[in-house]
Amino acid sequence: MQALVNLLARRPRRRSGGPDPGRRNLLRAGLGALGGMAAASLAPALRAVAAPGSEGHSLGHPHANLTVGEVNLRRVGFDPLAFLTTWDRGVVRRLPDGRVLREFKIVAYDREIEIAPGLLFPAWTFNGTVPGPTLRATEGDRVRVHFINAGTHPHTMHFHGIHTAEMDGVPGVGPGEIRPGGSFTYEFDAIPFGLHLYHCHALPLKRHIHKGLYGVFIVDPRQGRPPARELVMVMNAFDTNFDGENEVYAANTVAFYYARHPIRVRRGELVRIYLVNMTEFDPINSIHIHGNFFHVYRTGTSLTTAEYTDTIMLCQAERAILELRFPYPGRYMFHAHQSEFTELGWMGMFEVTDGDV
Amino acid sequence: MATSEDRPPEPAAGGRALRRWAWGILPLVLLAVLVGVFLRVGVRGVFQTAVPPVEELAIERVVLRPGTIVIHLVNSGPQPVTVSQALVDEAYWQFTISPDATIPRLGRATVTLAYPWVEGESHRLRVLSSTGVVFERTIEVATPTPTPDARYLTTFTLLGTYVGVVPVALGLLWLPFLRELPERWMGFFLSLTAGLLLFLGADAVAEALDLAASVPSAFQGVGLVLLGVVGAAVILAAVGRRVAGEGLSRRLALATFVALGIGLHNLGEGLAIGAAYGAGKVALGTFLILGFAVHNTTEGLAIVAPVSRDPLRLRTLAWWGALAGAPTIAGAWVGGLAYSPVLGTLFLAVGAGAIFQVVYEIIRLMGGGRASAGYQVAGFVAGLLVMYLTGLLVAV
Repeated sequence: MQALVNLLARRPRRRSGGPDPGRRNLLRAGLGALGGMAAASLAPALRAVAAPGSEGHSLGHPHANLTVGEVNLRRVGFDPLAFLTTWDRGVVRRLPDGRVLREFKIVAYDREIEIAPGLLFPAWTFNGTVPGPTLRATEGDRVRVHFINAGTHPHTMHFHGIHTAEMDGVPGVGPGEIRPGGSFTYEFDAIPFGLHLYHCHALPLKRHIHKGLYGVFIVDPRQGRPPARELVMVMNAFDTNFDGENEVYAANTVAFYYARHPIRVRRGELVRIYLVNMTEFDPINSIHIHGNFFHVYRTGTSLTTAEYTDTIMLCQAERAILELRFPYPGRYMFHAHQSEFTELGWMGMFEVTDGDV
Repeated sequence: MATSEDRPPEPAAGGRALRRWAWGILPLVLLAVLVGVFLRVGVRGVFQTAVPPVEELAIERVVLRPGTIVIHLVNSGPQPVTVSQALVDEAYWQFTISPDATIPRLGRATVTLAYPWVEGESHRLRVLSSTGVVFERTIEVATPTPTPDARYLTTFTLLGTYVGVVPVALGLLWLPFLRELPERWMGFFLSLTAGLLLFLGADAVAEALDLAASVPSAFQGVGLVLLGVVGAAVILAAVGRRVAGEGLSRRLALATFVALGIGLHNLGEGLAIGAAYGAGKVALGTFLILGFAVHNTTEGLAIVAPVSRDPLRLRTLAWWGALAGAPTIAGAWVGGLAYSPVLGTLFLAVGAGAIFQVVYEIIRLMGGGRASAGYQVAGFVAGLLVMYLTGLLVAV
């Protein structure tokens, strides 16, 4: 009989079909705005789901490894094709000493964004997008960033570059974390030239980064770079169920976006990719471009290339400028060469053409 | 509140009865009003957060056809859930969902993926809700899902026959042996039967609770187990009271009840085996089938033990054998072709309840027996031990 009692007292195992306990308990606890969850509206319904293959034709095989449906760009917060070539150069003034002053306004706020068709992520954003705006200055410019925290948690802006401790945007130094409702103006010189980034450095760091508080900061060399079709790509990922592993990978947030909407470039023209890795939870990310090789300028801090390859890997916050020309027309895939990331969304296409781009 | 009064109702009690019923119905009416108000204006004054709702999708069944995976979903949570994407082995995959991507509470939907799955290997299925919650199911060993064609019906019929019908029939063949035994050994064998059955019942409860863990939470697995066990036991007891007389007819009734209890148990067991086979969780090897056969041979012995001293017709024996063994076949069919954890849990629990009731009846029957306590204790322990040892052959 005791055996029976023991049997009845046994706790059932975790249901295999259920969400992981961490997220569930978090939701059950319902500590909403105080518990570290961004406000999230009820998810809007998906439009009718397309039949397999009806949208995957661009890839030419029926069992397409793709997401189903189309994202709503209003919910994404930006057009990923436009984002590739959108630069925020700030409001420009001349200082009395003749230097250029660039002023940027950045507002941090919570917002739900669509990262794959019908899949909404409770993000923390700079200016409402993930990644935040691509800020661009020239070597030696004075940069002034008016930062307003309209989010529900303390945030900061930490720029990679050479600046004073007070402007470093870390907790406990200078202004430290900027409380919700607070603001601060970060000011520094745009040095050294190269491809840099900015991100929130508030605690806990992992969450503040993976929730979306990061962006690209390009400092052009004084003499400039050769004219090229310039594209900015942030390798990022999203942990939708907060279990410390990413469910969605992409370049510029939306899984498979450039697979469905290839990036058009002209045959033979110089293509310059500003590639930044902001992937959280995985030690490295990478890019491989099909049918071609590219010149690598690591961190963009040198004007001479050190490497000629078709695949490079980057740690989080590492970045590189890639330059290449496509000699032949057609469609060329680019993706992470961790196949897992590829299949989870970090995959796109170049459309090389002789016609208009 | 109405007070109960000891006085007998007066002749003009029509009004009183009406009043009593009115008092009985009043709380229900008020509750209905409250529900109506809540549905109209919402739960005022209760702290409502802005976090996403608790989402629970249960992957109830996965069907594998050549080049296709079909996932059957049940929304067992409190809120509607919208499916956004589906993954197979960590890869987003094209799919269709019907009837709709938004599944209402307790509603169902099927996700169909054209995926080149690999026979004999493992695949991990994941469904993402619109808020990014992940629901997963791992197919341990991918095999084509049985379809109700002649080949599979034959397979499952044979399975049920090997595991249920044949062993029970073999067990019934102990009847002549039991007839020859000295009187004092009868107590031993009746106790042995009680021990066997108790073990079987406990085993069934354990299996039911195991399965209850995979029942969508809205269907309350543990509640189902309780309902099945207790419900079956009390209903059988009530029926038993009606039909049981004394002496021979009581012993015959008891044997019938043992057969019925074992039959219900075997229905659950067949369901479990068929489901395990159908879901590709187990490759049913020869050894496993043999194990079940040996294990279940003891069931036949349990049926005839109460009536070993009585004249019996062969027809009666055959009828008992069918009652106890044939449900295994039906269970295997249902389990292999149309399995649901809810059904499985309920069947296993009902089987357990039926068996506990039968054990209780056997012990009552022995209460008036002339056998010595020593033989009875030895028999009971021997019964448990036999089941344990033959159970070693069935390591699922």
